[in-house]
Amino acid sequence: MTTMNAVLAAGGPELHPQAAEGVQSVAWLLIALPLAGAAILLLSGRRTDKWGHLLGTAMSLGAFVVGVLAFFQMLGQHADGRSRLVHLFPFISAGSLKVDMNLLVDPLSISFVLLITGVGSLIHIYSIGYMSHDPDRRRFFAYLNLFVAAMLLLVLADNYVGLYIGWEGVGLASYLLIGFWQHKPSAATAAKKAFIVNRVGDFGLSVAIMVMFATFGSLSYQDVFGQASQASQGTITAIGLLLLLGACGKSAQLPLQSWLLDAMEGPTPVSALIHAATMVTAGVYLIVRSHAIYELSPDARLLVTIVGVATLLAGAIIGCAKDDIKKALAGSTMSQIGYMVLAAGLGRPGYVFAIAHLIAHGFFKAGMFLGAGSVMHAMNDDVNMRKFGGLRKVMPITFATFGLGYLAIIGFPGLSGWWTKDGIIDAAFEKGGTSGQILGWLALIGAGITAYYMSRLMFMTFFGEPRWDEDVHPHESPKVMTVPLILLAIGSVAGGAFLILGDRFAKFLAPVVGEPEASHRLITPYTAIVFALMVVGVGLAYVQYLRRPVPRTAPAGNPAVTFARKDLYGDALNESLLMRPGQWLTRLTVFFDNRGVDGVVNGLAAFIGGTSGRVRRVQTGFVRSYALSMFVGAALVVGALFLVRI
Amino acid sequence: MTGHYLVLSAILFTIGGIGVLIRRNAIVVFMCVELMLNATNLAFVSFARMHGSLDGQIIAFFVMVVAAAEVVVGLAIIMTIFRSRKSSSVDDANLLKY
Repeated sequence: MTTMNAVLAAGGPELHPQAAEGVQSVAWLLIALPLAGAAILLLSGRRTDKWGHLLGTAMSLGAFVVGVLAFFQMLGQHADGRSRLVHLFPFISAGSLKVDMNLLVDPLSISFVLLITGVGSLIHIYSIGYMSHDPDRRRFFAYLNLFVAAMLLLVLADNYVGLYIGWEGVGLASYLLIGFWQHKPSAATAAKKAFIVNRVGDFGLSVAIMVMFATFGSLSYQDVFGQASQASQGTITAIGLLLLLGACGKSAQLPLQSWLLDAMEGPTPVSALIHAATMVTAGVYLIVRSHAIYELSPDARLLVTIVGVATLLAGAIIGCAKDDIKKALAGSTMSQIGYMVLAAGLGRPGYVFAIAHLIAHGFFKAGMFLGAGSVMHAMNDDVNMRKFGGLRKVMPITFATFGLGYLAIIGFPGLSGWWTKDGIIDAAFEKGGTSGQILGWLALIGAGITAYYMSRLMFMTFFGEPRWDEDVHPHESPKVMTVPLILLAIGSVAGGAFLILGDRFAKFLAPVVGEPEASHRLITPYTAIVFALMVVGVGLAYVQYLRRPVPRTAPAGNPAVTFARKDLYGDALNESLLMRPGQWLTRLTVFFDNRGVDGVVNGLAAFIGGTSGRVRRVQTGFVRSYALSMFVGAALVVGALFLVRI
Repeated sequence: MTGHYLVLSAILFTIGGIGVLIRRNAIVVFMCVELMLNATNLAFVSFARMHGSLDGQIIAFFVMVVAAAEVVVGLAIIMTIFRSRKSSSVDDANLLKY
């Protein structure tokens, strides 16, 4: 116990991973299986059209099986020995830069592995049904497999270079999948937008990695975190802020949030897997994984919490105003990731809740996105909630599973969201001081808004009178789609209690992020307030969207509604601050290039051309004039020689 | 004494040069070119005599060889032009121009 205290005093447990044994030593299979699936499906062409989706799903399930086996092996190990290294190969060896490609299997990475492969496999299965009529289904599964492989590399790498490769890999998969229906200009544009906005974040991450190399001379987690306390405060804060920039890009946090809403142009399973459950949470993983750096820099931590709280409110407000069911859910995703980032910035008690909320969110949000996909399937791919209504009778399974996810996200007592989100709010108040109070109350208000916009979505879609188009005949989705929904709903109901009760998850993660000082209080002074705000939010939505009929066309609304409908003018801000000045700069450079650089070159050419046009008139064709010019020339040369001599 | 040879050489060279510039008949122009060549030969030989070395005389032989080769090619060209254009005036052969 004394050693544990000493370790905690030094700023968290140090990583002393041992070599992996057993199933964990083949952890590379986790990445190799889906990667092989992607390669086979992409390279083999139309021959695999018939069974490509089955192969993709099998590869994802295979990775899940490996993950589960590795997880159980880990449970059998002593808590201090749960960080295991899998040595693969030396990756970069250039001068003093040495990067070994190793995998780190520890409680944090295995939690992500189970989430990614588990939810990922369910979404693969669901996609078999959802994409069954798409001629490009094989390509879709290839990209999904590519995504799973890249995401697993991101969480399993034991160094920042491996993480960065995975980071870019998921960005690529996200780009390819958002633009999957690239014949739609909106999808192609959204894909480009996601890619470019992510580039800003990736810039931060890459500079952070460079600073780390310059400071520590190594990029493995073990070396960086081990030497972090010796670096200067300024350097650590700089690394923390740059990592935060990276996290903001990938996790759609302010000010890089604008791409996520447009990313809903992709097929719905993509929105569920990449833009709700896994990829967008990579930023949270990055912050929690780099906790040794953030624990040394209160400034960076404070900014993390500010970003989190600002995004959770912004996302919630956007979610309130959207009529597009997927965009409302996307706003909600932003908001929930805001909670996770807030928790990750709060320090040790927050890490556990950040990851627990991330896992719970992975279940309920993936479930709701897939539910939304099921609804869209029934409504001829319409996403406008104003044309839904009354679907609970025709789609009972979708309704029930969506409803459980809904209860989980608004924090209905006993369901996942209640355990994890209350934990985050409590941790914010526990931070103490004025900032703790402000963060706590804002997070509380966010919980109330969450209840409002989710109830609005629920009522508009499943309750009330049908407002369907005439040619729409809703029906329940096939089993291949409903079974994943049911499994995800079970996770949404039980996941939170399973993780939080008895501090189970806190103890599991303790070897990585450190043990919280006190065990979590289930009932806090704020529990009642959260519940009251939730009831108020649901009640408001009930009055507005269930008691009164929902108009089929959106009413004009006041300026505040317009503000929220336009994504808080995020796009307008980006346009006026970045795009326009960028365009001016480009035009200026083009002008300079055309007139300045080209002007000199073209002018010189024109001068020489014009002069020679005149000079060639000398070539008259009269031999005697040539002879005369030769004589004159020779006389001049001789004369010049004489002048020089004398 | 050898100075007179140089003067003669200069006079011959000038006659040749003027002939090249003012005569139209290609054969006459050609003869004037030969005159200029021989004027320089005379100058070379005179200088060889003045300096007491053989260099100038050797170069004079070279000039003669080159002149002989030149005469062959030049006359051949003049003959060909005359055959096709029925004229030996240098002003008539003026197609090669801007």
